[in-house]
Amino acid sequence: MSAGAAPKRRRLEVEDIGDVTFVRFTDSKILDEANVQVIGEQLFSLVDNHGRKNLLLDFSRVEYMTSAFLGKLVTLNKKVQQAGGRLALCNIAHKEIFDIFVITGLKRLFNIYRDEQEALQSF
Amino acid sequence: MSALSSEAAHSLCQISWRLPSDLSQIPGLQQQIMDLLRQKGFSERDMFAIRLALEEAVANAMKHGNRLLPHKFVDVALGLQDDCVWIRVCDEGDGFDPDQVPDPTAEENLERPCGRGILLMRHFMDHVEYRDQGRTVLMVRRCACGTEAKNQAYYVSPVAE
Repeated sequence: MSAGAAPKRRRLEVEDIGDVTFVRFTDSKILDEANVQVIGEQLFSLVDNHGRKNLLLDFSRVEYMTSAFLGKLVTLNKKVQQAGGRLALCNIAHKEIFDIFVITGLKRLFNIYRDEQEALQSF
Repeated sequence: MSALSSEAAHSLCQISWRLPSDLSQIPGLQQQIMDLLRQKGFSERDMFAIRLALEEAVANAMKHGNRLLPHKFVDVALGLQDDCVWIRVCDEGDGFDPDQVPDPTAEENLERPCGRGILLMRHFMDHVEYRDQGRTVLMVRRCACGTEAKNQAYYVSPVAE
C-alpha cells in the first residue's frame, strides 16, 4: 500500500451472542485488494488477541469481494479451528457473492447459513 | 471471435492505462472503468463481472508478474464493441504457464489461501486467453453495449498509449 493508505479505523462491528462472536462489516461493502489487508488483520486479531474462537460473519452488506478476501477467510477458518472453535457465514444477500463461494468450492469448506438465527443454532 | 483476432480494430472505443506495480492503484482504475460502463448503461451483473475479472488480472500482474517491483509497470486496455467488452492486462514479469496452476477446487487445495483469481476470471468472463508466455491476459465478456453507448462512443477520448 502507498503511504497515503487509509487509516486503520474499525472495519468490523463485533457483538458477543453467548459464546459466538457475531461480526458485521461496517462500511466495507467493498472487500477488494485495497482494504482486504486491514480487514483481515482485524478478523485475525479477534482470534489471536481477543480469544474469540466461534465467529459468525454477516455478509448482508457485502456487495463485492475478490479472491484476496477468500484467502483471508481460509486463513481465519484455520485459526478458529486451531483454537478449537468454528467459523460460520450468514446472510449472503447478493447472488454473485454466493456464486463465488460455489465456484471456488469454498461452499464445501465453510459453514454457510441463510440467516443468523439458523447459524447461531448450529454452534 | 473478432474480439480476439483484432480487438482494437473493431472497438467502438478503447482506453488504456499504464500503472506502477502498486495495489493501491487498482481502486482508481476500477472507478474510472465502472463510471464508464455505468454511463453506457451496462447492467449491474455485467459490471460486477468485469470489475472482478479486472481486479483479479491486475492484482495478479502486479503481485505475481511484476512482484510489486516499483520499476515494473502493468499495461491495461479496455475496449467496447457492439457485442462485448474486452480487457487486456500485460505485465513485465517472467511469465507463467496457466495450465500448471493447481485446481483450487480440488479437495487437497481447498485450504490454500491463494490461487483462485484465474478461476474467478474464467467464470465471470466468457473467454480468457493467456499470451506472451503468460505475461498478457486477454478477457472477453459478451454483453450488449446499449444504444446510448453506441451513440456516445465517439465522445469518449481514448488515452494515447
